[in-house]
Amino acid sequence: MSHSLTLDRPLRGALRLPTLPLLTLLALLSGGSLLLACGSGSIALGAGELWLAASGHGSTLADTLLSLRLERALTAWVTGASLALAGVLMQSLLRNPLADPYVMGVSGGASVGALLALWLGLALWQVDSAAVAGALTLSALLFLLARRDFARSSGTVLLLLTGVLLSAACGALISLLLTIAPDAQLRGMVFWLVGDIAGTPLRPWPWLVLLPAALLAWWQAPAINLLALHGDHALTLGVPVATLRRLLLVLAAVLTASAVSQGGSIGFVGLMVPHACRLLCGPDLRRLIPAAVLSGAALLVLADTLARTVVAPMQLPVGVLTALLGVPVLFWQLQRTRRRLA
Amino acid sequence: MLHCDQLTLRQGRRTLLQPLDWQVRAGECWWIAGRNGCGKSTLLATLAALRCADGGHIRLCGQPLSQLTPRQRAQRLALLPQASHDAFDYAVQDAVAAARFAWPDAGDKTQRVAAALDAFDLGRLATRPLQALSGGERQRVALASVMAQDAPLILLDEPSNSLDLAHQAALQQQIGRWRAEGKAVLLVSHDLQLAPACASHALLLDEHGAHRQYPLAELGAEHLAAVLGYPLTRLHHAGHPCFLPGHPS
Repeated sequence: MSHSLTLDRPLRGALRLPTLPLLTLLALLSGGSLLLACGSGSIALGAGELWLAASGHGSTLADTLLSLRLERALTAWVTGASLALAGVLMQSLLRNPLADPYVMGVSGGASVGALLALWLGLALWQVDSAAVAGALTLSALLFLLARRDFARSSGTVLLLLTGVLLSAACGALISLLLTIAPDAQLRGMVFWLVGDIAGTPLRPWPWLVLLPAALLAWWQAPAINLLALHGDHALTLGVPVATLRRLLLVLAAVLTASAVSQGGSIGFVGLMVPHACRLLCGPDLRRLIPAAVLSGAALLVLADTLARTVVAPMQLPVGVLTALLGVPVLFWQLQRTRRRLA
Repeated sequence: MLHCDQLTLRQGRRTLLQPLDWQVRAGECWWIAGRNGCGKSTLLATLAALRCADGGHIRLCGQPLSQLTPRQRAQRLALLPQASHDAFDYAVQDAVAAARFAWPDAGDKTQRVAAALDAFDLGRLATRPLQALSGGERQRVALASVMAQDAPLILLDEPSNSLDLAHQAALQQQIGRWRAEGKAVLLVSHDLQLAPACASHALLLDEHGAHRQYPLAELGAEHLAAVLGYPLTRLHHAGHPCFLPGHPS
């Protein structure tokens, strides 16, 4: 038996709440983050004003602020939830708690698409479409190259290496585009790369991706648990391993494509949220999937609220904040692992 | 229960198993013995449909192995793999309960999981995370999972690895109970005491893919010695045959 270095040991004597109270708590947190986002900004709105505006009796100013802020907060909500879910699925697929939605290069494909559109000076919706097209093209390429690896034993290693190589190729293309881009477009490109949801309109389709993906993943949670526990050998326990791996990759890729088209490559949400949730509720995916969706959403709403208020009137790209928040959390985790190994 | 017809295994150009005709019946326990790398684990992996046979046919409970769905296979056959790597920290009881995946829950899941935990002395560890277990404890969790899966054919790859003496004895008793229940067990093992004490038959594999089958009563020290490449003595101890390395003199 091999002892692997992993970062998700539960806290000693960790408080693991029963499922229902835990999910209720996270749902409240997630809803509360939306309220907070609607209330805070250069002009703060109190609970009373929010209530009036929501019921249609508020001042015009409050009305406008509410709809603007709510739209942005909901965009952050769906983006964060998609990233966290994609992270959970990717980590289960690769049986590696350090995998994130971007490890297979899906976001790299999106970035190449988006930067190309920005470089050509296309409109915003065209940039977003180009990002989705880039992400899906890369996923299709990955699928094509790794088509035989899903059923193969240790196939996930080959899959991961294929993804990493594609990712590296995208990295080179991104550098090339940044190098040859005129100065006028460079700022927008950098913002896109760091991850930013300012100015993204509220769209229906990220919700139409998130909802069925979350339900499908939750329905398949017992099988995904076995895949995470046993890898290839899950087959002998009755899991159609190759089919399930394909499903997980498709779900993760589509969720990631949807998220990056909303807010660029926002880092750390997909890595950190599944981690934190595993500490809170254990690795069982029937709990972890809803917990990660709700907390990922809450985290990104809060981070985005901070991003637009902390140095107001200037706005930070939210990706900077998630990275600044995420790195210390992971360092803390790593430190705990070091202590355990010592 | 298990029928192999001209089953052949190859790895690259090397023949791991020359065409094998083999029948395993309910209540039997076959000890599969041979040197490192002779193809014992590959044989188990093939029988568990983790890899394809390179020739011949395998029938499991009357049906061709390749035509069964993963779920149907899991209801008929359980595999204890040699090594396991835990990426996530599932609790012991959750890991064992997960092995019931192939069966619809007829309300007896909790009971079966508890029985499997008990059989391998894991009651005390039920809520422990997997990564906090010692090697022997982890091996017992894997054995309990196999038991919870409740398949009529059980494939065990080195089941006594890292088990202490008392738990080896418990394993031996459990294999006896499985046989009494009409399950068949295939046992890959280098343990010259445990394996002959559990087995009813032996399948010996040599490094060139040749194989011989014996009822255990007819398995002589010289047969085993020839395959393992080391002199052996057959003894009778505590009601079972066993083998010791070296000549009696």
